Amino acid sequence: MQDPLKAICDDDLERRWLWISLLLAGGMGFLLGMYALKSNLHPPSNVETIDSSRLHLTEEFAEDNLGVKENEDGSLTVTMVAARYGFFPPVIEVPTDTPVKFRVASADVLHGFHVPYTNAATMIVPGYVSEVSTSFPTAGTYSFLCNEYCGLGHDSMWSRLTVVNKTDGGDK
Amino acid sequence: MNNKTSASLGLANMWVAFIFFAVAAVLGLYQTVERMDIIPGLKSPELYFASVSTHGVLMGFVLTTFFVMGFGYYAASTSLKQEIWSKPFAWFGFWLSLIGVLIAAVPLLTGNASVLYTFYPPLMAHPAFYIGATLLVVGSWVWCLQMVMMMSSWKKANPGETVPLVMYGTTANAILWFITSLGVASEVLFQLIPWSLGIIDTVDVGLARTLFSWTLHAIVYFWLFPAYIALYTLVPAAAGGRVFSDQMGRVAFILLLLFSVPIGFHHLYMDPFQAAGWKFLHMTGTFMVSVPTLLTGFTVIASLEVAGRLRGGKGLFGWIGALPWNNPIVLAALLALLMLTFGGFGGMINASYSMNAMVHNTQWITGHFHLIFAGTTVIMYFGTAYYLWPKMSGKALYSTKLAVYQLWFWFIGMLVLTLPWHQLGIAGQPRRISSTPYDESLVQSWITAEYAMIAGGLVLVVSALMLVYNLFKTHGNAQAETNLEVEYAESLHSTARMPKLMNSFGFWVALIVIYMVASYGYPILQFFLMETFGTVPWSI
Repeated sequence: MQDPLKAICDDDLERRWLWISLLLAGGMGFLLGMYALKSNLHPPSNVETIDSSRLHLTEEFAEDNLGVKENEDGSLTVTMVAARYGFFPPVIEVPTDTPVKFRVASADVLHGFHVPYTNAATMIVPGYVSEVSTSFPTAGTYSFLCNEYCGLGHDSMWSRLTVVNKTDGGDK
Repeated sequence: MNNKTSASLGLANMWVAFIFFAVAAVLGLYQTVERMDIIPGLKSPELYFASVSTHGVLMGFVLTTFFVMGFGYYAASTSLKQEIWSKPFAWFGFWLSLIGVLIAAVPLLTGNASVLYTFYPPLMAHPAFYIGATLLVVGSWVWCLQMVMMMSSWKKANPGETVPLVMYGTTANAILWFITSLGVASEVLFQLIPWSLGIIDTVDVGLARTLFSWTLHAIVYFWLFPAYIALYTLVPAAAGGRVFSDQMGRVAFILLLLFSVPIGFHHLYMDPFQAAGWKFLHMTGTFMVSVPTLLTGFTVIASLEVAGRLRGGKGLFGWIGALPWNNPIVLAALLALLMLTFGGFGGMINASYSMNAMVHNTQWITGHFHLIFAGTTVIMYFGTAYYLWPKMSGKALYSTKLAVYQLWFWFIGMLVLTLPWHQLGIAGQPRRISSTPYDESLVQSWITAEYAMIAGGLVLVVSALMLVYNLFKTHGNAQAETNLEVEYAESLHSTARMPKLMNSFGFWVALIVIYMVASYGYPILQFFLMETFGTVPWSI
């Protein structure tokens, strides 16, 4: 069979390299794609709008309803509001090895959150609800940082996330 | 032929580029010191974020756009042996862009546009910032039109002949930039300017970010293009060899043109408002765009090997030592390729749909794009400037030795700056911060890398000033340049029978339009199909 790349490339050595490049790029894309699909590891991609100026009037993001809630299947949902310059509620505690779904809305500008050394991260965009699912295998106190420039006080926008051992957590 | 108009256009544009570059480099050093909190009196978020915004705009928009325009005008007229299509129009574009920069500089320097160069609505800057940036882009469209007109008029005058590779690449970049800039242009013209003037009350931040992502990735290829063009066309000749394959250069340029715009969603991986499937589609395109870079690596290294062997280099690696390491443009190319290799590895992580979550918006990203842009791309701007300055000014380069030291300083400074940044990113340091008031244990783990960052910044500023000094002194050099001819590398393989598709752009532009509709059509349309809530402006 004739090499289909022969039409654009006369040199044998270079054509071989072109094949390697295509396989490398295609292979990387394929492997990462398959890995993401198999382990259900997707970036936070929730398409859901919300009126950021009226968060307090929604049921879900009203102040009293924020925080960690247990779902029927034992997983957790953490509802949070990001506003200059803090996360609400500021202290969060979750057990190890439990599926946690963060649902976060911004009350003002762009924010983001990232828990260093984990893949718990998302942008928080006014007008939209961010949703990110993960779980934390290692107990400890983690920093919960705003990782998107949100104004002159951006540096001081951070809080803590405590991960406790599932067995120590009692009946929580 | 040394075309006088294109030489003055080249020099004027590149001087604007390098003067603003030097200012931005000094700001960069200040930022490395400020963000580390070691001098308490220096701490000021107002000044820091004004500086970061200015640094980003000057490096990303001003250095690049003016360098690309200057290089394009000079390369077009010297390779086609043809006058600039319209001289007054070219100067009009130059002045429009420069006035735009000066208008935007006022709010930037006074802290009224500290919204970073990515604009970040709903933070709102003074309208003059958006208007100035728009004028810069509109001025650059003048350049795009000139390049397209010069290539097509040359083809009419030389039917059946192959457009020189340098011009083919430059025209590809002009087309790329026009298509690329439409995203940010729509954001600024239909959303940000009316909003900042109070004509509309709110903006949809999701739509604004989607439009910006259209521009945000391909713009880096607009910056990178002249570096690649120089690698293919100037470096092999300067090293004493030939370009291994002219045709593969064209394939690389076409692939860059085709794959760099419809893949912008890898900047939105962590954003809500776009579904995972679209992000997945854009990821596959992101991996495809590495193919032209891999191809460029092969062709350029093969071309250098040809040169090294012609110079008497023997054995598997002997040709490397035989290369003219003291020739600035060749040295720049070798260092650029090294930095491209490091930066490329990091890029694979950011490009990956799932791994990116670990490094998103951390200092890792800053490290990545400084390696590829400030490293690979900008060092090729330096090498190209050292090569072209004597030809454009008619004076011999003031000091080749100083140029060689300057390039090594830039390379070392950039590695010392960016490799620790990758480590900081993995250790969770956010990229856009002016201080580190976080948990002690976290902050302690960052200290060593941060001192390295300051050292790197210092070396880079010295290097930046050495460049400007050398170019400035060249104009006053008593010694005239003896060789005013720009030597573009000949191809090792014959270019006589060039397929029509590799000598024109019509088909490729049609393909890009189809690809763009497929990858951006619905993601943009969705904002008009669902109920969205706009956001009012916020001051910084």
